[in-house]
Amino acid sequence: MVPSKKEALSENGRAGLLPALKDRAGREGCLNRESMSGLAGQYHLPLNEVYGVSTFYAFLPVLPTGKNIIRVCRCLPCHLKDAQAVIGSIKKELGIAPGETSGDGKFSFELVSCIGACDQAPAMMINDKLYGDLTPAGIAEILKSYA
Amino acid sequence: MAEKRIVLSKCGSIDPQDIGTYIAKGGFIAFIKARDKMKPQAIIAEIKKSGLTGRGGAGFNTGLKWELARSIKAKAKYLLCNADEGEVGTFKDKYILSNDPFGLIEGMCIAGLAIGAQQAFIYLRNEYHFLYDPLVRAVGQVREKGYLKHMDIQVFEGAGAYICGEESALMNSIEGMRGESRYKPPYPPTRGLWGLPTIINNVETLMNVPHIINNGAAWFSAMGTGRSKGTKVFSVSGDVSRPGVYELEMGSTLRELVVGLAGADDLKAVQIGGATGNILPASMLDTPLSHETYLGSGAVVALNSGRDIIDVVQNDMHFLNDESCGKCTPCREGTEVMLEIFGRLARGEGHEGDINSLDALARAMAVSSLCGLGQAAAVPVLDSLRYFYNDYIDRINQSHFLRSYLGGELFKSEEGIR
Ligand SMILES: Cc1cc2nc3c(=O)[nH]c(=O)nc-3n(C[C@H](O)[C@H](O)[C@H](O)COP(=O)(O)O)c2cc1C
Ligand code: SF4
Ligand code: FES
Repeated sequence: MVPSKKEALSENGRAGLLPALKDRAGREGCLNRESMSGLAGQYHLPLNEVYGVSTFYAFLPVLPTGKNIIRVCRCLPCHLKDAQAVIGSIKKELGIAPGETSGDGKFSFELVSCIGACDQAPAMMINDKLYGDLTPAGIAEILKSYA
Repeated sequence: MAEKRIVLSKCGSIDPQDIGTYIAKGGFIAFIKARDKMKPQAIIAEIKKSGLTGRGGAGFNTGLKWELARSIKAKAKYLLCNADEGEVGTFKDKYILSNDPFGLIEGMCIAGLAIGAQQAFIYLRNEYHFLYDPLVRAVGQVREKGYLKHMDIQVFEGAGAYICGEESALMNSIEGMRGESRYKPPYPPTRGLWGLPTIINNVETLMNVPHIINNGAAWFSAMGTGRSKGTKVFSVSGDVSRPGVYELEMGSTLRELVVGLAGADDLKAVQIGGATGNILPASMLDTPLSHETYLGSGAVVALNSGRDIIDVVQNDMHFLNDESCGKCTPCREGTEVMLEIFGRLARGEGHEGDINSLDALARAMAVSSLCGLGQAAAVPVLDSLRYFYNDYIDRINQSHFLRSYLGGELFKSEEGIR
């Protein structure tokens, strides 16, 4: 939904910016310079302003990501249930460290803050799907379902 | 003491996708009473008299807040439901939203009447994306029943930032900005979203509203302690055999919750209220849980006798450092320095001066940070120094053993780093 100039410049004209950024990032995998300048134009904002908003949020990547994003929780309740071993298992399966994307472009791997599944610790998300009560041995099976 | 399910009373007994099942259990009777038989001032008076306080962490009197927003003349007012639930160890709002979205929406409908809001938002964290469509559908069903003629509710999804749970950062996020905290005052009830009077309430706070309207302020304020009325929904995790969501009367003890209900044994400590929460030794298990003592968002993480408190605080600090919005120096730099100190303690490179540095830094951050994140970042540090001082001393005195142990580990591990 492209706002009219009047809408974009109105008092709450920027309300659509975050949803628009999320939509773009969701469809294109990341916010490249082109989509950010496009949105900057639509909302009558300088590009650096749009870039500043994008880089603030964990779910708005500005660099290319893999087709699937693995987010493993590294906060206390998961840490207590040996999230470290799960992280180790993913590293071994994919051959990449947190912050990296696999060579075939299938997976990006990130460590994130609490995802609200601490009663099922250790937990992770792949894209929007939650996986709880993880074991290092169970990781390969889960990753295979995304092959 | 057993659980006392009021907020959670309909969870599990209704179909969260069917408003008919909610209405069959007495749903929306409170809203209809508030709409047809009560003036906004009377709704506010009832909530104020009940002593309902915010369940999002700060514990401010809800009715008082509403009255402030009501009293201001403005061209529009907003109601925001804080469903950003990012506090480490907290998952109770997710449980509520999954099992009884109508209870929340009814609470919002009544709050909207009370403050005179025409537009409301539910700010849902991105991590709970799977709840987005169900919530939108639930709002749609309420609208179809004709209960949303006075106000519209929009579900607004965050984009992954813990700080957006802080009320002013949340408003910035809806406004399309970086989710940084704002200077206060002005507070949201006077100048909030787009500069207009705004009420922000936690999911659980709003869930209480229909019950108070139905049963009366006196019924509600008969439960709890002096400043903490009603019940509280807790999220329990860590070293317990039955982790989960439990609702207890305010003033129940830690022991009833963590040992009695969640099944902990062999406890060393608990952390209450997330990464900025208090860390209490097991000897304090008989402490009642209330705003007067310890509560926060109701997250309780149990730590058994095998746990290393310094490792716990290091993990807390890692989170706070990651999630600091970076706007103010004490928090942005303070969490960085603390993380560096905890890193050294963990590697066996700590020295005695570190304890004083942590203490001084924690106190400076508590008084000079702009928002609750930096102000409370000191809490677990100071508590661990108070109750587990010897753990720090031992760690520092035994540094050389730790280094030699880690050296061996380093030698064994394949990547060369642990
Ligand atoms: C760093 C920080 C994070 C917060 N996160 C949340 C949150 O996730 N959910 C919430 O309801 N309140 C959170 N709060 C508290 C809100 O700022 C605000 O006080 C609360 O939503 C008000 O609602 P209540 O009065 O119903 O509790 C947070 C506060 C701070 C300082
Ligand atoms: S205390 Fe931390 S989170 Fe709060 S405004 Fe300052 S830098 Fe941001
Ligand atoms: S700490 Fe991992 S989900 Fe909450």
